[in-house]
Amino acid sequence: MADAGRETSQRPHLAVIGAGPAGLTAALTAARHGVRVTLVDAAPEAGGQFYRQPARELGARHPEALHHQWRTWERLREGLRGQEQAGSLRHLPEHHVWLVERRTDGFSVHALLGPEQERPAEVRADAVLLATGGYEKVLPFPGWTLPGVVTAGGAQAMLKGTLAVPGHTAVVAGTGPLLLPVATGLAAAGVRVAALVESADPGGFVRRSRALSAQPAKLAEAAEYAARLLRHRVRTLVHHTVVEAHGTGRLEAVTVAALDGDGRVRPGTGRRIACDTLAVGHGMVPHTDLAQGLGCRIDGVAVHVDDEQRTDVPGVWAAGEATGIGGATLSLAEGHIAGRSAAARLTGAVPDPRDWAGAARARAALRRFFAALDDVYAPPAHWAEQVGDDTVVCRCEEVTGGAIREAVAGLGAGDLRTVKLLTRAGMGWCQGRMCESGVAGVAGCPDTPARRLLARPVPLGVLARAGETDAPHGT
Amino acid sequence: MNPLELTRARPGPAFTITLDGREVEALPGQTVAAALWAAGVTSWRTTRGEGRPRGVFCGIGVCFDCLVTVNDRPNQRACLVALRPGDTVRTQEGTGHDG
Ligand SMILES: Cc1cc2nc3c(=O)[nH]c(=O)nc-3n(C[C@H](O)[C@H](O)[C@H](O)COP(=O)(O)OP(=O)(O)OC[C@H]3O[C@@H](n4cnc5c(N)ncnc54)[C@H](O)[C@@H]3O)c2cc1C
Ligand code: FES
Repeated sequence: MADAGRETSQRPHLAVIGAGPAGLTAALTAARHGVRVTLVDAAPEAGGQFYRQPARELGARHPEALHHQWRTWERLREGLRGQEQAGSLRHLPEHHVWLVERRTDGFSVHALLGPEQERPAEVRADAVLLATGGYEKVLPFPGWTLPGVVTAGGAQAMLKGTLAVPGHTAVVAGTGPLLLPVATGLAAAGVRVAALVESADPGGFVRRSRALSAQPAKLAEAAEYAARLLRHRVRTLVHHTVVEAHGTGRLEAVTVAALDGDGRVRPGTGRRIACDTLAVGHGMVPHTDLAQGLGCRIDGVAVHVDDEQRTDVPGVWAAGEATGIGGATLSLAEGHIAGRSAAARLTGAVPDPRDWAGAARARAALRRFFAALDDVYAPPAHWAEQVGDDTVVCRCEEVTGGAIREAVAGLGAGDLRTVKLLTRAGMGWCQGRMCESGVAGVAGCPDTPARRLLARPVPLGVLARAGETDAPHGT
Repeated sequence: MNPLELTRARPGPAFTITLDGREVEALPGQTVAAALWAAGVTSWRTTRGEGRPRGVFCGIGVCFDCLVTVNDRPNQRACLVALRPGDTVRTQEGTGHDG
């Protein structure tokens, strides 16, 4: 079958990985400016996390009930259809990319098809744009492995994508702006939200009010969420944290407690809330595997980019939450800039930053805003003290807090890698994606992303066939 | 209100699948995880080490907590795999290869 990079067309070919707000905007922008685009995404539909759609077969006639900024999505969706019809953009859904390979004549994107992920496919392109978004971080606490405890974003994803809710009574807890849409979304979908438990200190907002008030749209959004919480009678506890999830076989209740000024649990403030669902999150982590595989520089936990959204590897752009967490609007702005820059450079022009001045202003302001938010929404400083010696920290390998502490205190492990090797924490199915921050915090090591050679688990047969021949498989 | 009413969903006719031999209703487009949640089931796997129950955690294919055996294939992520009429879903114990 023909490979996208090998068609007769002379137009340069850009592979965009990720069809969320960032990748979709980048793909449309590049396609409108003379580049042939292949948009590759693991999901069955475009939209990413923010514009996640109910499966088509569910026949939702009013999906916007679970969304905000629906108009923007409609514009993107129309754009996608238009560019597909014009033949300048090809969308490949259900393609799980496990490796992007640099070759002498461009790039090779290796993917596995469908949810079972066994059939391989390959896309060749002149340049790639990584818009892989992020996933949610959850720090460990006693009981967090009980069925009924889900990530806040996961509850949202199941709701938006499959119209399913996890139970009847939920507590939404942790820290960060994502908790608001999750609590209001679950409430609108008929789940009783017994409490929204935010560990941040509202005083922090006041101290940073300059950066925050510079974003009136964001403040209006927050006010709207506050009103919805009131309407659904959701009790909000700020400067509180979940200390334990209770149940045998499944979640039955959580204990929440107040925090003191240093971020320690205040003794004697614990209260038990009955619930069958705990939606919990402590912020987001950028997806950097593909960028790491290409050798791109990583700053902290995010892909490093310049003003044009270029990584330090020639021919590789990155946009959206892969380059730092900052919400859908920032992802749109970064996607636009990346698409303009890639289109210009691939068609041999020198990009003119005036072409994206508006997006650049929005990007600067939103980055400042989210930097301020990041300080406010930090997990409680002493969260690791709540992790008992028998609390599971690595979910896949069932490594406990005690085993990690023993590796540090008893066996002298001084960094995350050694802790992993000694305890197997982070070596299971998810390759540490769910426990990396937890293990680092309990061990007292800095939280640096591990190098994962492959972005997805790959069947051995596929690995053996890859690179065996230059002829593309699939697609 | 439930999510189907909220979004005015008109799914195609429900069909049956089995979970450990017991019949469960599913709607077209639902993933294994969604159908099991709708049936009030939150756990369909036990861990390799301690035999503890697990179900959905991340909901987006990253954590592998939701592994399940579908039509005799173990280690399928329930949050990603869509159901078809007549599918047989089995609770997965450990690696799914030992029984
Ligand atoms: C589970 C979850 C739910 C969220 N829900 C909300 C919400 O309701 N409201 C809100 O304001 N914010 C939400 N967020 C925050 C959200 O991440 C951002 O606001 C926004 O979607 C980021 O846009 P993006 O384009 O950078 O990435 P995303 O929207 O995350 O898009 C990234 C895309 O890349 C694809 N991808 C990643 N890796 C690969 C790969 N290896 N191969 C193929 N495709 C890949 C994914 O399938 C996805 O479609 C959620 C985050 C998560 C993790
Ligand atoms: S719930 Fe995490 S992979 Fe399915």
